[in-house]
Amino acid sequence: MQLALSRKKENVETMSMKKKDRITDFFIFIFLSVGAVVMIAPLLWMVSTSLKSKEDVFALPPVWIPTDISFSKYTEIWSMGPLLSGISNSLIVALSVTIVGTFTSSLAAFAFAKLNFRGKNKIFLLLFASVMIPYPVLMIPQFMMFSSIGWVDTLLPLIVPGLFGNIFMIFFLRQFLNSIPNSIIEAAKIDGCSYFQIFYKIIFPLIKPAVAAQLILWFMAIWNDYLGPILYLNSPEKQTLQLVIANFNASYAIQSDYPLIMAASVVALLPMLIVFMIFQKQIIESIAISGVKG
Amino acid sequence: MKTKTISKLYRTEQRYAYLFVAAPVIGFFLFAFVPLMYSVYGAFTNWNGLGQMKFIGFENFVNLFKDEYFYKSMYNTLFMMIGIPIGIVLALLLALALNRGIFGTNTFRVIYYIPVISSIAAVSILWQWAYNGDYGLVNQFLALIGIDGPNWLQNTDTVKPALILMAIWKGLGYTMLLYLAALQSVPKSFYEAAKLDGANAWQSFLHITLPMVKPVTFFIIVTNIIGGAQIFTEINVMTPTGGPEYSSASAVFYIWQKSFGNFQLGYASAMALVLGLFIFIVTLLQFRMNEKSSFDLD
Repeated sequence: MQLALSRKKENVETMSMKKKDRITDFFIFIFLSVGAVVMIAPLLWMVSTSLKSKEDVFALPPVWIPTDISFSKYTEIWSMGPLLSGISNSLIVALSVTIVGTFTSSLAAFAFAKLNFRGKNKIFLLLFASVMIPYPVLMIPQFMMFSSIGWVDTLLPLIVPGLFGNIFMIFFLRQFLNSIPNSIIEAAKIDGCSYFQIFYKIIFPLIKPAVAAQLILWFMAIWNDYLGPILYLNSPEKQTLQLVIANFNASYAIQSDYPLIMAASVVALLPMLIVFMIFQKQIIESIAISGVKG
Repeated sequence: MKTKTISKLYRTEQRYAYLFVAAPVIGFFLFAFVPLMYSVYGAFTNWNGLGQMKFIGFENFVNLFKDEYFYKSMYNTLFMMIGIPIGIVLALLLALALNRGIFGTNTFRVIYYIPVISSIAAVSILWQWAYNGDYGLVNQFLALIGIDGPNWLQNTDTVKPALILMAIWKGLGYTMLLYLAALQSVPKSFYEAAKLDGANAWQSFLHITLPMVKPVTFFIIVTNIIGGAQIFTEINVMTPTGGPEYSSASAVFYIWQKSFGNFQLGYASAMALVLGLFIFIVTLLQFRMNEKSSFDLD
């Protein structure tokens, strides 16, 4: 809005400038539209393929809108692979980690931002240093650790580490909490609130929007994770959704049943797409902030 | 008397604070620090997951630097980073275009961002199909302009460019969004002052826009290199064997094969350590370079 106003003011300056600006805007709009088509075309093609029959896929020239749209693949996929258990496994992992992990992370962020204790900055830096360790360095010993207690081929190795919190979320929420005046907490202390009460009565309601955005981003990251699940999960009914569709791809490409593969992939994409559409404002804002602050 | 109550209050506060940060600190030790130490130690042993771990000094590292596949996978990983500068330039262009506040800005932003939120597995499956030599979307498009496209993923020359193109497509929206936020925080007065001084659009871009978005550029380069060094899923889904003549296998792919395929855990740990060190050094260099050439406007 502000941008539009200032632009307007500039445009009053000279008529020729205004005209030139308009023409530039027009070409930029065309440029952006072409870009948008390129970005969205593969995804549309995925949907289009999933609605075709097995033979129509190989039609030349290609058909974007199949003459007889068939949703049969979307009913077929459920019996062709453990798609349903994939969805529920992914949900179990993502929900338990984000709910518990968000609680532990925000509690820690509260302590780092608002409480005094010895070694505060050192501990924070230590935690933050873990960001520097790439996962491939940790995955082998982690795997052996979990394997020695019999957790391989269960969802536990994917859940348990996340329950202890997420340093990115702690970092982000700490930044957010720094902008909240300490006097609120002092006042609550005088009123006789315990530290837990201060957290859930005062701090948590204040940081809720930031927490929500971070939670969504974390949920998406877990939902889309592939490397973790492929290390630990072997039995088909234990696998998360991403592994299930990758196996669809591996087994049905030989029979060139592309509509089936694409239908399964659409099902894997759709939940995050819906989440994104609902929360796009919060997601886009918190991403933008993370870049500016980072 | 008074100091005693204060210190008691302080002690209570401290106790709660330690309680509140306990979970991430324990998590750090259990799932980062201990594994890291184990990994460092394992790299110097003949660890295979079954027998005793025998200390063998630098043997794994010596073998590593004689291993043709290690070089190949490192080369492939670095090669695929060519996509990073291309993506950055494209994203900056898009952000500049969107920053003009033209019609449909919000819609464009959402569309460009959709590949970012899409799962990498589903996207890899989709692009594997799109790169199909006979019926893929890419070659059908090329046929429209009279080019007979190759079988992208089966050809040593085209498999890496194909993966790069997909990575750019997937990451563009994210980088664009970061740039857009940075551009919107540049004060308009800077441009107005430059205009009064007779600067043209290109000069304003070079001397105002670019320096002002530099911290974001730095952030993008660092995170992209860290992410690029760990590329795995696309390779695993699109070229399950590491591509023709191993020409798309990445470092993490090779580590994964060695550790979870061949159970050469010590050897794979050594490789992971080299990769980790590489990431660390590159990040450090980046920070140094950024410090040297950065300046504050206010």
